[in-house]
Order: sequence, then C-alpha cells, then structure tokens
Amino acid sequence: MTALGKLFRTTTFKLTLVYLTVFGLFAAFLLGYFALNTRRLIDEQIADIVNAEITGLTEQYRLGGIGQLVLVVNARAQRPGSSLYLVTTFKGQALAGNVTALQPGILDQPSWTETIYRRLDETEENTEHHALVRVSKLPGEFRLLVGRDLDERERLYHIVLSAGRWSIAIVLVLGLAGGLFVTRRVLRRVDAMTETTRTIMAGDLGERLPVGGSGDEIDRLAANLNQMLERIESLMHGLKEVSDNIAHDLKTPLTRLRNRAEQALRAAGNEAEYRHALESTIEESDGLITTFNALLMIARAESGQAREDMKEFDAAEIAHDVCELYEPLAEEKGLALKIEAAAPAPVKGNRELVSQALANLVDNAIKYTEPDGKALNGTPAEILVRADNAGDRILLTVADRGPGIAQADRSRAVERFVRLEQSRSHPGSGLGLSLAAAVARLHGGELTLEDNAPGLKTVIALPRGGPVQTAG
Amino acid sequence: MRILVIEDDRDAADYLVKAFNEVGHVTDAAHDGEDGLAMASDGQYDILIVDRMLPKRDGLSVIGTLREKGVETPALILSALGQVDDRVKGLRAGGDDYLPKPYSFSELLARVEVLARRRGGRSEETMYQVADLALDRLAHSVKRGNKEIELQPREFRLLEYLMKHAGKVVTRTMLLENVWDYHFDPQTNVIDVHISRLRSKIDKGFSPPLLHTVRGAGYMIRDGAR
Repeated sequence: MTALGKLFRTTTFKLTLVYLTVFGLFAAFLLGYFALNTRRLIDEQIADIVNAEITGLTEQYRLGGIGQLVLVVNARAQRPGSSLYLVTTFKGQALAGNVTALQPGILDQPSWTETIYRRLDETEENTEHHALVRVSKLPGEFRLLVGRDLDERERLYHIVLSAGRWSIAIVLVLGLAGGLFVTRRVLRRVDAMTETTRTIMAGDLGERLPVGGSGDEIDRLAANLNQMLERIESLMHGLKEVSDNIAHDLKTPLTRLRNRAEQALRAAGNEAEYRHALESTIEESDGLITTFNALLMIARAESGQAREDMKEFDAAEIAHDVCELYEPLAEEKGLALKIEAAAPAPVKGNRELVSQALANLVDNAIKYTEPDGKALNGTPAEILVRADNAGDRILLTVADRGPGIAQADRSRAVERFVRLEQSRSHPGSGLGLSLAAAVARLHGGELTLEDNAPGLKTVIALPRGGPVQTAG
Repeated sequence: MRILVIEDDRDAADYLVKAFNEVGHVTDAAHDGEDGLAMASDGQYDILIVDRMLPKRDGLSVIGTLREKGVETPALILSALGQVDDRVKGLRAGGDDYLPKPYSFSELLARVEVLARRRGGRSEETMYQVADLALDRLAHSVKRGNKEIELQPREFRLLEYLMKHAGKVVTRTMLLENVWDYHFDPQTNVIDVHISRLRSKIDKGFSPPLLHTVRGAGYMIRDGAR
C-alpha cells in the first residue's frame, strides 16, 4: 500500500489524473456536440421530406379532389419504408392512411408535433412508435397528416451514446495505465537518484548520479548535480590535502619541540641550561606559528573570501615598497636589489595580499641567490624587480641569478610545502611560492616560473580589473 | 596601571592576570561579555584586553557599547580569527589595537604599554628627545649631540616610532604595522636589518648606545645611562 500510496502522491501521477479529467471532459463535449447536431440534421431531413409530401398531396387534392387524394395516399402508404399518412374528415374519421392510435388532439394542431402512433398493419396493441408529424388543413375541412418515424433518430442517438461510454472507458483505462507506467518509470529514476544521494551523504563522494542519456529534464538535473558533486569533491580533496599537509608539516616541529622540552627536563642541571632550552622552545613555537599563519593565509586566499575587499592600487608602488623593505637584507648579503617600475601599474585587488606575495618572491630570490663572485657563469648577482603593464594585465616580475628551478620541477615547486632537494639547507616554511600562487589565482591571474638563464624568473600576472566573477 | 582582561578561557585569563601582575600591573578578569561590560563601564581601567568570541556578548559589541556610553578606555582585541579584514572590523568597532592568537606575552605587553601611553592624552609632540638624541618632526631632522644625522625617509619613521615609545619595548610586528603598514610576517626577519642600519647611524661612534635589542621581544630606545 505504501508503494501504491507513494505512486499516487507523485507529481507525474497527479498530472496524469488532471490530463485524464480534461481529456474525458473534452471527449464528452465532442460526442454531445456531435449527437446534438446529428439529431438536428435528421430532424431537418424529416421536415424536408414531410413538407415535400404535403405540398405534393395538397396539389393532388387540388387537382383531383378527396378521391384522388385518398387513392394517392393509399398507394404511397403501401410502399416499403413509406412515410406515415392519414387523411381524415373534419370530425376525425379516417379516410385513408397507414397510422392509428395517435395521441388525442394531434389532428387539431396544424403544426409540427412529436407523437406516438401504431401502424395499421400492426396487430399487437402495445407496440408504440414515435413519429414527427405535421398536420395540414385542406380546403373542404379535410385534414392531412404526414410524418416520419423517429426510430432512425433514436437508434443513432443510442449508437452515439454507447460509443461515448466506450471511448470514455477506454480513455480512462489507457490513461490510468499509461500514467502508472510513466509514473513508475520516473519514480524508479528518482528513487535511483535518491539512493545515490544517500550513498553520497554517507560519505562516498566518488559516487555519481545515473544519467540516462536521453537528455530529458531528469538527465539535465542529474548532470548538473554531478557537476556540483565534482566541485564539492575537488574542494574536499583540497581540504584533505591541506589537513594532511598541516598534519605532516606541523608534526615534525611539534615532535622536535616536545623532545627538546623532555630533554631539558631530564638532562638540564642549572638555570642557564633551562633558560637555553626554554628559549629554543619559544623559537620553535614561533616557527610553528609562522607556518600556521602562512597556511591560514593560503587557505583564505584560496577560499576567495578576500575578494570582498578588493580596491584599486598601484602595483608599481607596491614593488617600490617591497624593494625598500628588502633592500637592506639584500645589501647585507652582498646582492644588488634593483627595481624597474617607473610607470604606474594600476590594478584592482587586495593590496596586502599582493604585497605579501611579492615579498615572498623577493625573500626567496634573496635566500637562494649567492652573492657576487659565486654567481653562476660569472653573471653579476643582482635581483631585478619589475612592475609592467601588459595589455589588460599587470606583471610583477622578480628575476634572480640563483640556481633556478629545473623545468620539470617548476609546477611542483608551487605546491604547498614542497621544498626542492637543493633548497633543503635554507630556512623557510616552504609556503612562499604556494602563497604567491594562491594570491595570483585569487585575483584571477597566475604565477609562472621561467628560466632567467641563469636563474629563476617568477612572474605574478594579474588582470587589471580584478577577478572576473564566474558562475561556476 | 589597571588592566581588565575579558576572556572566556579561564586558563588563558588566569595566565594573563598572573603575567601582568608579575610585571607590576593590577589586573582583573571577566569571563563573559556581560560581566566584562559591567566591570569596564565605570572607566576605572586603563586598558581593556577583549577576546572577540565571548559568551553572552561578543567582544566587538562590548567595545561598541562602551564607546556609545562614552567610555574611551583603550581596548586591545584578541582574536583567533586573525586575518586582515577581521583586524579591520575590530578596529572599526572601536578597538585600538588587534592581536591575533596565538600571540606571545611580550608582544601583548609591549602593545598594552604603548596603548596606555597613548591614553595619556598628550597631544602629538613635535620634538622627541632621548639622552642627546633629538628628533624634530616638523623640520624632519635628527641630531645626536650637535651632529646632524642623515636618515632615509623610512629610517626617519622607524626612529620616530621608536622614540615616541621611548623606554617601551616595541616589537617587530608593531614596527611592520606602524612603519610599513604591513600586516603579515615576512619569512625572513627584514626588520632586524633595518634596525641594524638605523643603529649604525645613530649609535655608531656615540656613547652610550641608545637603541637596544630586547631578547625575545623586540627593540627599545632608552637612555642607557639610567
């Protein structure tokens, strides 16, 4: 019952019922209209025939008197399938014809009437027929009645009626069966989708809704939902990757932190040793906090939250600011930090994040470039920061003369926590390039790593108008 | 000075009360927004330290309500949210400074002392003087003794900020925020290099040294003779 109840509650079934009702009403109306018109047509035909007969008989009476009329009427009355005739005197005495047992008073009404009658040649008393008759007064006080039997009309009426009943019955049965069939088909597909949804809700994000391939509305819905699932899965995947990475990269320093504290408790003897242990503990936790903040920053940039407060700013100015911040550090290491950003490069975005991204690139460049003398191929060790306008984009470039990154490793270098083998000896969270890449993506731009021959050239390209909001 | 800590995490609140008391401040704690609001309303405190997420009443709402009542006690917002726009929201709501968790106590202490100083209400001075080092904000000139010292614009602002808070610890993040207007940690500590440059200009060849490094906290300018 519940299955049937479910069936009856479906939209498809309700729609079927509505259609059935509308169709049934329409069919009934059509049949009724047809029956009515047929009846009228038959009545008209009868009237035509009767009128013609009366005209003919009246003519006969005029030409040959009552004798002639009686002769003609009797002759006509003998023919098979003949009309109904009756000729009477003024007093109602029948002179000729083939009908009797008329309703009383019929002969006094000189017009169209429906009446019951019996044929003269019929013996049984109780057979009654209906007829449409017209009475005409002849000069000389005779009366002439001509009519036609209505059986034909009645039969047609009954045929139409039963046809109507049958067709409505068939429509109902077929409609209900079709409705049930379609409803069950739709219900099966919806049930399949519901089932899949349950599996997905239970945690299996890899499941996809079945798509029939007919391209109907349910398929379109399923395809769209699948796209949504795709997006959710990739987001979840990203999230999982982040938490995995956090777990991995925070576990190592946390373990170190704990070991150091334990070691101090066990081995330290005097205050100076304790102090030293505590200081290194604080140092270690500061490193942890930095890593954590960088991760949060990346997560935030990737979530697109920061898109809300984007404003117009000058990228050239940012380049100058960042260079000014890092210039003493570069100088201390014996590197020349040069800037080429004469023309303003207005761009819409988050100034703070772009500054940080650029700062990370400059930081990396300083970190990985060896000072003069040790430079590769004897090229002077200088770091060049540029801000350029390139059509509808602005480019922030940091070019160094460090060891560079091999073509094969470039895409990997942007990933979180990836610190290429050659860079293990340098301090850092390994998040600098990932953050820069995340910031570029947030702005609808990109971070590219190029060969500076020798060295590395990192370019942040940002669309001038800020990120284009996409529906997806 | 009197400090009110409004923080729902009792361990954290107890730790702060103890730590502030140790460095000589009188400190009370409130554990939810309503209590905090009630205690802070009469303006008896010099500084409020307000956690953002509090039971009963949100930290920003506590500060907002106090400001509406005309209580102008400087407030420092502590927050686990800790991102740029959260900071902006906090300052817009009437907070005077913003420190994301996790923070170090030395950072918090430095900021609190600077905030309390600001409350002193002195109008911005045009001259700062520490021992024989003098900075003239109007003339944009720095002198040590009778000797004129040439500074880059950024170095001038760095020294200006340090001297404005002479005798107080100024942390690296405070310098980044106030001198450079950056609210992120650079990977390498670039501030140290700027400080050592500044030091070579104002301390080199002079005695006593005035620009000191405070281990584990930051920097301070003070008269070394004292």
